[in-house]
Amino acid sequence: MITVRLKQIDFEAMVAHAKSGLPNEACGLIAGKVDGEVKTIEKVYLLSNPDNSPEHFSIDPREQLTAVKDMRANGFVPLGNFHSHPETPARLSEEDIRLAYDSKASYLILTLADDPPTIKAFGVVGGEVSLQELEVV
Amino acid sequence: MKLTVTGNVKEYADGLTVAKLIELEKVETPLYVTVSINDEFIASGTFEETVLHEGDIVEFLYFMGGGQR
Repeated sequence: MITVRLKQIDFEAMVAHAKSGLPNEACGLIAGKVDGEVKTIEKVYLLSNPDNSPEHFSIDPREQLTAVKDMRANGFVPLGNFHSHPETPARLSEEDIRLAYDSKASYLILTLADDPPTIKAFGVVGGEVSLQELEVV
Repeated sequence: MKLTVTGNVKEYADGLTVAKLIELEKVETPLYVTVSINDEFIASGTFEETVLHEGDIVEFLYFMGGGQR
């Protein structure tokens, strides 16, 4: 089972980013290192949501390109992305699954429907969803 | 010719198109990949006709999106 490690300080930054984006969904990228089945998130990229929607998000390609270059400069690899669900649980929606094109990525969903907010990690391979163990450390 | 593809410098045949590079690099879900050459994004409908040149820096970016519904 894939384990994703996320620093508490980065989790808090993601929550703040999600709250500042309300009522819309917020999103970003995660990068770090992979050791076997353990993915350690070393950097979180808090990006804009060009969709400006409470129900949809997309990563702006230009911001994505800038982030990918920064990852490479820091010796990190892309680990996936995250987005917030302002009002629904931390689970992949049908749209999330349909648009999960990278089988190696971890897809993190932060829900603001819980108090305090919670986050979960998923993998998607060929439309099949697997829950990944997420440790906030 | 030498190209930098997703950060790695490699040798490729002259006259290589973006479409052929996508095939050679076994890009996952090629229909949904965004390609930049030297920081300029290439329209997806032009991959077949866009020819790469010595020293080009190519990035493949996966579309990332979704929603809570």
